[in-house]
Amino acid sequence: MRPKATLLTCLCAFALTLAPLLPATAQEDASEKEIERYRAMINDPMANPGYLAVDRGEALWAEPRGTKNVSLEACDLGQGPGKLEGAYAALPRYFADAGKVMDLEQRLLWCMAKIQGLDIKPIVVKPFSGPGRGSDMEDLVAFIANKSNGMKIAVPLDHPKEKEAYAIGEALFFRRSAINDFSCSTCHADAGKRIRLQGLPQLDKPGKDAQLTMASWPTYRVSQSALRTMQHRLWDCYRQMRMPAPDYASEVVTALTVFLNAQAAGGELNVPSIKR
Amino acid sequence: MKKILIAAALVLPGLAHAQQIAPAAPAVVDRVVKESFTNLPEGWAQRLVPDETMQVCSVTRNQPSAKEADAIMAREAKTVKLPTGSVIGNWKEGEKVAQNGRGGQFSDPPGTVSGGNCYACHQMDPREVSYGTLGPSLANYGADRKFAAADAKAAYAKVYNAQAVFACSSMPRFGHNGVLDEAQIKDVVAYLFDPESPVNKPVK
Repeated sequence: MRPKATLLTCLCAFALTLAPLLPATAQEDASEKEIERYRAMINDPMANPGYLAVDRGEALWAEPRGTKNVSLEACDLGQGPGKLEGAYAALPRYFADAGKVMDLEQRLLWCMAKIQGLDIKPIVVKPFSGPGRGSDMEDLVAFIANKSNGMKIAVPLDHPKEKEAYAIGEALFFRRSAINDFSCSTCHADAGKRIRLQGLPQLDKPGKDAQLTMASWPTYRVSQSALRTMQHRLWDCYRQMRMPAPDYASEVVTALTVFLNAQAAGGELNVPSIKR
Repeated sequence: MKKILIAAALVLPGLAHAQQIAPAAPAVVDRVVKESFTNLPEGWAQRLVPDETMQVCSVTRNQPSAKEADAIMAREAKTVKLPTGSVIGNWKEGEKVAQNGRGGQFSDPPGTVSGGNCYACHQMDPREVSYGTLGPSLANYGADRKFAAADAKAAYAKVYNAQAVFACSSMPRFGHNGVLDEAQIKDVVAYLFDPESPVNKPVK
């Protein structure tokens, strides 16, 4: 990894020195090419630390825990108890036992509380990993999402509650608020836009951008040295939008995920991916 | 042709499906927001509640009717407070404001000075390679306007409250929302309008 990083630094420094000499469009092309090259460099599954999270998640899934000292293997993620293949591709969805639409993280918390008798409060308070602190939730999501690899995103929109979640997610996507008046659509409703040098996927309508985006989360974030889930991505979006932090596994995040996965229908999952 | 239509019908049911879903009532959305953001720093509750202008922009997806647009611009124009003296400050300070994307995030330490983060969306100094494309390029902005005082004043008003100039603009209302103060906005205007600013120095 290290020699690659050094090489990359050199290339970037070289590109930056060169850039002012080039006319604007050539400069833009050069920047785009460098970014593409960086993406190709880090997109190597054999060197993706996200797969360590997959392995940890696999062990956690089978480990007896909680007051009932049982594993999560009786947990129904929508395809039947313990059935993991294809579960992530069809989430969020309505669960009759809970009476609501749940994403994977909400459902896992529900199973931990109901099946294992696990105290989920400390998990909800600190759901994301940080320096020196792992995250059971990130590991479980990595493991379970990985079991949908090669399958197409197909979020169900049949139940009235699923339709309602979609409609709420859609409204949230366009809802402007907080001190910068931003909505999701401020950055994600046009094709081919950038924030600084970062390309912005268009997510307001069905298409390739939405498919590639939603089919590549969870992902290993090189810049954060951590496996990150869609919960974290949306939490981070709200941070940048100058909104307060959304509660972990809250309805806002699930509704937005329903809307985004509906735009991404047909996208083939390949996770955990690796991103900057 | 028939085959293509059948194929399309088989591939697209999901899409047709989503389009048939009725929009959520604003009251429902507001309730969900209130219930999903319960850990609010002191003084942040207001951020969850869009004002009248933002409500119209959200519901119309930033495409207000002519009547709605007029109402927004008239309402927002009333909020603009121009400085008593010159609108032009120090371009070097303005450059810092344009580069700074910090402030106002829940991850920022209290007391963090907010930047304008102009480069997130706009090209300005043509030598800066890291700029976004959500907004138009502002390279050579002042020079293109012959450094006219009236245009500088209009730029100040635009940064202060973009909605006063263009209804449902994507640009934040920096002055109106208290993100940037008067001195910072003057510095940003100087970055655009000072003949010495690199914004107005074309790449040779």
